[in-house]
Amino acid sequence: MLVYDKRKLMETDQDRIINDVTSGDYKYGFYTDIETEKIPRGLNEDTVRLISEKKEEPEWLLEFRLKSFRQWQNMKMPSWANLKIPEIDYQDIIYYAAPRQKPRVNSLDDIDPELKRTFDRLGIPLEEQKHLSGVAVDAVMDSVSVKTTFRETLAEMGIIFCSFSEAVREFPELVRRYMGSVVPYTDNFFAALNSAVFSDGSFCYVPKGIRCPMELSTYFRINSANTGQFERTLLVADEESYVSYLEGCTAPMRDENQLHAAVVEIIAEKNAEVKYSTVQNWYPGDKDGNGGIFNFVTKRGLCRGEGSKISWTQVETGSAITWKYPSCILRGDNSTGEFYSVAVTNNHQQADTGTKMIHIGRNTKSTIVSKGISAGYGQNSYRGLVKVLKNAKDARNFSQCDSLLLGDKCGAHTFPYLEVDNQSAIVEHEATTSKIGEDQIFYCNQRGISTEDAIGLIVNGYAREVINKLPMEFAVEAQKLLQISLEGSVG
Amino acid sequence: MLVIKNLHAAIEGKKILRGISLEVKPGEIHAIMGPNGSGKSTLAAVLAGRDLAEVTEGSVTYFGRNLLEMAPEDRSREGIFLGFQYPIEIPGVSMVNFLKTAVNEHRKYKGLEPLSASDFLRIMREKKELVDIDSKLANRSVNEGFSGGEKKKNEIFQMAMLEPKLAILDETDSGLDIDALRVVANGVNKLKRPDNSAIVITHYQRLLDYIVPDVVHVLYDGRIVKSAGKELALELEEKGYDWIKKEVDNQN
Amino acid sequence: MAVNSELTELYSGIYTDNIRRIREGSTSFLNAFRDAAFDRFTTLGIPTRKNENYKYTNLDLFFRHNYKTYFIPDESDFVKAEEFRCDITDLDTHGVVLLNGFYPTINGKIRTLPGEILIGSLNEASRRFPDLVERHYGKYAKSNSDGLVHLNTAMASDGVFVHVPQGSHLNKPVQVINLVDSTEDVFNQHRNLIIVDDNADLTIIICDHTLSPQKFLTNAVTEIYVGENARFNIIRVQNEHNNACKVTHTFIHQGRNSYSSSNNLTLHGGLVRNNTYHFLGGEGAESSSFGLYLSDKWQHVDNLVSVEHAFPNCTSNQLFKGVLDEMSTGAFNGRIFVDPKAQGTLAYQKNNNILLTDDAKMYTKPQLEIYADDVKCSHGATVGQLDENALFYLQSRGIDKREAKLLLMLGFAHEVIQNIGVEALRERIDNLVMQRLKGELSRCASCMVKCG
Ligand SMILES: Nc1ncnc2c1ncn2[C@@H]1O[C@H](COP(=O)(O)OP(=O)(O)O)[C@@H](O)[C@H]1O
Ligand SMILES: [Mg+2]
Repeated sequence: MLVYDKRKLMETDQDRIINDVTSGDYKYGFYTDIETEKIPRGLNEDTVRLISEKKEEPEWLLEFRLKSFRQWQNMKMPSWANLKIPEIDYQDIIYYAAPRQKPRVNSLDDIDPELKRTFDRLGIPLEEQKHLSGVAVDAVMDSVSVKTTFRETLAEMGIIFCSFSEAVREFPELVRRYMGSVVPYTDNFFAALNSAVFSDGSFCYVPKGIRCPMELSTYFRINSANTGQFERTLLVADEESYVSYLEGCTAPMRDENQLHAAVVEIIAEKNAEVKYSTVQNWYPGDKDGNGGIFNFVTKRGLCRGEGSKISWTQVETGSAITWKYPSCILRGDNSTGEFYSVAVTNNHQQADTGTKMIHIGRNTKSTIVSKGISAGYGQNSYRGLVKVLKNAKDARNFSQCDSLLLGDKCGAHTFPYLEVDNQSAIVEHEATTSKIGEDQIFYCNQRGISTEDAIGLIVNGYAREVINKLPMEFAVEAQKLLQISLEGSVG
Repeated sequence: MLVIKNLHAAIEGKKILRGISLEVKPGEIHAIMGPNGSGKSTLAAVLAGRDLAEVTEGSVTYFGRNLLEMAPEDRSREGIFLGFQYPIEIPGVSMVNFLKTAVNEHRKYKGLEPLSASDFLRIMREKKELVDIDSKLANRSVNEGFSGGEKKKNEIFQMAMLEPKLAILDETDSGLDIDALRVVANGVNKLKRPDNSAIVITHYQRLLDYIVPDVVHVLYDGRIVKSAGKELALELEEKGYDWIKKEVDNQN
Repeated sequence: MAVNSELTELYSGIYTDNIRRIREGSTSFLNAFRDAAFDRFTTLGIPTRKNENYKYTNLDLFFRHNYKTYFIPDESDFVKAEEFRCDITDLDTHGVVLLNGFYPTINGKIRTLPGEILIGSLNEASRRFPDLVERHYGKYAKSNSDGLVHLNTAMASDGVFVHVPQGSHLNKPVQVINLVDSTEDVFNQHRNLIIVDDNADLTIIICDHTLSPQKFLTNAVTEIYVGENARFNIIRVQNEHNNACKVTHTFIHQGRNSYSSSNNLTLHGGLVRNNTYHFLGGEGAESSSFGLYLSDKWQHVDNLVSVEHAFPNCTSNQLFKGVLDEMSTGAFNGRIFVDPKAQGTLAYQKNNNILLTDDAKMYTKPQLEIYADDVKCSHGATVGQLDENALFYLQSRGIDKREAKLLLMLGFAHEVIQNIGVEALRERIDNLVMQRLKGELSRCASCMVKCG
């Protein structure tokens, strides 16, 4: 997550987008040489116990992990996605790695300066005074949360924002009540795996009637080799509250693939609103498809209360393989779910991503806008389910799924499922697939703009509807990322 | 500045231009008229570098350089501006962003620093007045949802921003009501400098009431079949193209 | 692939019980396919809902039943067929009547129409025109996931054979009337082969009827070859009773610059599943796939449409519309597949549905799989109700609500019906659809089954 001064930003964002882009290389591919505590490779019940022990967890959480682990052992990796996933050896992964530091960080001075430098390089200063605009960050490296900024400021309003581990220690009731209530450990292969071995993540609770005054953000960083990252995010917005949450992620460049299997759960109570934005920039692998992150993530929100709203916005430019369907269960009457997505696959990247909108309550509404961009040898699939249950009277859905193709070796696929059990529902799905417009490129050329820049402009224009849904700071980052991730894709 | 010699071009193997020769000197305004399908837009496209039409014969030099070898964006940076007959829509790309990119590319090419956002916006305001373009247009996406007239005005506005040496205006007057026509023509005239030239492609003499050409050419079936002073435009308006077609067909 | 082993065994049993008789009645060429096909069938099995293509259709309802007979015809069976007359007045066609999928001997087994056009029994054709049959049979009906296609290849022994030689065309359509009739619950499978050679032209109408109220299960495969620059239209009118299940697999294989259209009109039937596969196998080919389904009671209608663009510059269009009443359910599985070398593809797909009651359900999955870049593809799907504004507009002109609804539904359906090229049939269908939507039984007059 980059943090900019908003005023300065207004003036210079265009300059930045156009001028600041220098190379198509992955900028975040460096590795921090820092002393790290790792457990041995492999996964069995002892591994699960060891992780729990390291985190000094209560018995109930260990039980949850063990149940999940047993469940996982009886599950198979899903094969229905339009993805070619190489064999993953789950015994060859390190399930816990943590930068060695004091167990409890009380002040900034306790954090290893090397760690601070790392996050500075990533544009995430851990010092609160360096933040010019209001963004609170939970910085997670490998398996643990390094530092959560602005905790105290938020606490004054009753907002809890801390690492998952701290939440387990300090707010066990809340965690117990909500964890697994939206994504049960039985949900799918990766959710079960995560439930067994998750290491850390962020927890947030916004009390009744509170509008969270700043953007909350988690920044995930994979640093160590051969480790998997399994974090869990739990976000609870109590009645009449509002929170906007951002998530960013990067990883070093490595030849081997690394697994990231996260779970995100959101609960929105009556009239609460949650905006969840992601700019996913995990290392995508090199031009020939070597290395990169496998991003197998389960994200789901429950609009539990009447009039609640959950909105997912994602810009997916990274990862070698993405398998991800941020979804909304619209249980409360008059609740709303939204999904805005831009997914780019370049070189040998593959993405199978989309959403599920489950209409249960009356008058529930959902909107899906998905913009896929394929270049190089990239394969990009939209997969979405809109389900209207029998009692979801007057449910409404509109989906627009567009695909843009740059180059003749890539693919764009659309797999929508519309299941309607209620006659008063109106469900509409539209999709288009086309190549980038040659006449548009020529028009730009004729005004002196090179083809590469023209494509950047046109692609950003194409994705505008989604990017506009991101908070300002993220929008700029996302635009740059789009441009960078497509560089060299047309020639 | 521009010398076209015996230019032949084909689209998908079909011959469209069949030997065009034309010289434009600094400061001159040339009008090109001709019936639909005679190849006017194709000529404009070849000059601007659209690769849809393939040049099969002939040469084009621009300030002594082989124009046909230059990339379209370099032709633009060298001062060739094409006002499109059908301006292209680019959804989601704001006019501001689009033009700023274009202007700064031109500046970079000339070795100048990019304009700051505030300077750019100031210049944009000035030029907007020149062509009487609604300031709201600038915040919309390029040509998206513009009316026909707005699109044409927008072309002139872009021309004002890029200050070309050679403007090629392809039916910029078509589909305009008389007020809009006057705005467009005035814009062109205000932008006219002694050493700048223009090729004005039009169907109608009425534009030439405002933009007075030095020469009028008639393009028919891929060839310039007649060139004369501005009075030729009047004659065409009165008598149509049939007499020229006859003349040409008789010669063949 | 998920296999329903119990059902698969049941049908393997039917195969074993009948295969000797089937072989005896068929040519060695047709028999040569049987072992391999049966092998594939036992691997793939009867599709379950775990099969992505059958996600929304539960075949159990009709397949889990002890059909008394597997139909293999007897000369005496055909008298009734001969008695059946299609009552679509004004419909001037070359008619062929099939009984339980077999070509009646009573008419002579192959007829020659002007232009050396052959219409008749596939079984007979494989004896008399082996070259023709062998060039095409079994070439287009392929599936990696649907065991039913292979079950048909393993067991079917007859069906309609049509050959339109190069440059030939008929001045009127061919009409095939499929009658299903038996005093016992019957399972039948037939196999059609239609060959339209280069520059030829054919329109074929297939009407499905049930004549007796027994429980019927039909699993039919039709292979169609459309040569270079040829034109072909197939119109299927399905009008069976609620105790009948019809599964059709239609494979249309097109050559360069050819045109084909398919129109599935499902007016009535217990469980209907139409699989229509369009293979655009030559540059410049164009295909249209239309469908209309009207359902009520516990009926279930599912259309799978697959269009494969294998060559450059082909165009395809899909339009499927449905009106679902009472407790009926509908499904649509649309697929456009564009091969990497199919540049210049234009492909469109649309599925619109109206639910009339709280108990009706619709499941639709229009899908695009695109591996080329110079393409224009789009799809759209809707599930909803009649447009309230339009309804109000009509009411404000003095039309009562019931009538207004009917008008709107007819308009909705007409978008599909208007693509029927045979005028008399188009009018007839408009009429049948009107009766159907009014709730009147829309059977042809000669149908003796009161399946309301
Ligand atoms: N993209 C194209 N593809 C094929 N033919 C074209 C294309 N563009 C123009 N043509 C043909 O080229 C000829 C000249 O067209 P054009 O240059 O647009 O004429 P004008 O501008 O004088 O009306 C016409 O016959 C037209 O049909
Ligand atoms: Mg023109």
